[in-house]
Amino acid sequence: MITITTMTMTTHMTMLDDFMVRAGLAGIGTALAAAPLGCFVVWRRMAYFGDATAHAALLGVALSLAFQGPIMLGVLAAALVMAMMVQGLSGRGLAEDTLLGVLAHAALAIGLVAVSFISGARVDLMGYLFGDILAVTVFDLGLIWAGAAAVIALLVWRWQRLLTATLNPDLAQASGISSRAEQLVLTVALALTVAVAIKSVGALLIGALLIIPPAAARPLARTPEAMALITAGIGSVSALAGLGASFQFDTPTGPTIVCVAAAVFCLTALASRLRPINPR
Amino acid sequence: MRLITATGLTLQQAGKTVLRDVDMHIDQGEIVTLVGPNGSGKSTLIKGLIGAIAPLKGTVDKVRGLRIGYVPQSLHMDGLLPLTVSRFLCLPDRHDAEAMHRALTEAGVPDLAKAQMRTLSGGQFQRVMLARALLMSPDLLILDEATQGLDQPGAADFYRKIEHVRRHLNCAVLMVSHDLHVVMAASDRVLCLNGHVCCEGTPEVVQDAPEYRALFGTGAQGAFALYRHDHDHDHHHHHDNDHTHDHA
Repeated sequence: MITITTMTMTTHMTMLDDFMVRAGLAGIGTALAAAPLGCFVVWRRMAYFGDATAHAALLGVALSLAFQGPIMLGVLAAALVMAMMVQGLSGRGLAEDTLLGVLAHAALAIGLVAVSFISGARVDLMGYLFGDILAVTVFDLGLIWAGAAAVIALLVWRWQRLLTATLNPDLAQASGISSRAEQLVLTVALALTVAVAIKSVGALLIGALLIIPPAAARPLARTPEAMALITAGIGSVSALAGLGASFQFDTPTGPTIVCVAAAVFCLTALASRLRPINPR
Repeated sequence: MRLITATGLTLQQAGKTVLRDVDMHIDQGEIVTLVGPNGSGKSTLIKGLIGAIAPLKGTVDKVRGLRIGYVPQSLHMDGLLPLTVSRFLCLPDRHDAEAMHRALTEAGVPDLAKAQMRTLSGGQFQRVMLARALLMSPDLLILDEATQGLDQPGAADFYRKIEHVRRHLNCAVLMVSHDLHVVMAASDRVLCLNGHVCCEGTPEVVQDAPEYRALFGTGAQGAFALYRHDHDHDHHHHHDNDHTHDHA
């Protein structure tokens, strides 16, 4: 018995020793976290909100470098602060898309400047902007999967309430559901997802990972749950295929993953035109 | 039994005071109708009652565990969220297929369970909304212009359904409508709003009230309201609004 356990442990460890396996698992973990959240981002038209939060990640990187803490923790904190700020400022006069545009770009610019200040030593800025999935360590992998599990658990727990609030805030309120509370749930989930995804796709492409797989899944789904599951499938396949393609063609991994997802989007959009599964 | 009571309720929307000092209540089993011109605060009052707008002043007291079935004025369904009728009926509480079929039959659309929400016509949509409200076995059914987009016979049929549902479930009904004659005939009590409660009482009392006549004209119990109003009419209340309305 002990021998068997040791043997599985050994294969396990050697498996995780392979950087491609680690990268693949990181990609799938990120895709699974992004799937249900991405659906809400699409349903509630929060694309800009996602971008603003993701761009704040860079500020989090600067913070982590300054205090020499784990990158993901700094990113989580910065994303959370940014998301709360956006939520607090919205609905106060300024047009929402303008406000989010200002915050998203400002966060990115301030992040870039801050990183340049802090890095006395060389910092792989490209790695934080576009992800460095091939450099994922076993420790990172643990954080990514723990974060993904937390996001999924949170969304599954609040699923019915979130859907009702998404449909109509007043309808939710009449059933005793506070749409502000549900918005907060999504905000926390978004910050967690950004922290999870910073290693694999980077601050600039997190938005793409949130939007493209659900958009690709939309024509194939008849219910919200089906859409979330199909999104998870498309995201995972994109991550693995993108990883393979980037290895094959020696291209940057994060962008290649997003390219594959975009290609899937084109296919499902085309297919739904030719043979409407779910006519518009 | 008193289900919901509003006391001295003052409500704002988008920074503008829409309703002032509203006192109202709804008892178990009664049908209460809100009438008033556009912008008189009917929908705002409903939002205040369900808790979607926090009061600037005053309070809303609900009986413990009050179940509200709410049919909003409109519900924007875009193509982004895939949703079948049966999935919609299960938000936020899940129901079994048989209960859903019963509710859809009761609302007059028994065959729509598998349809996508956004493919429904206006009339089908309102009936599905009603079915959802019924599934909650509400103590209070709130309908905000629920017959919008229905033709006259469709609206009349809808109100007959409401009447039937009320007797069946013994729930109270609060509705807003522009079909004054239909609605008022079916009501136990009418509240006439115009930034405040102008007058209230049984349909007969309200119809004869000078405040109501000032708002709707003397012939308003006929066809749709014409919203002819005189601005020099006298209210027995004290506030400083200047009674300007949208003469659309």
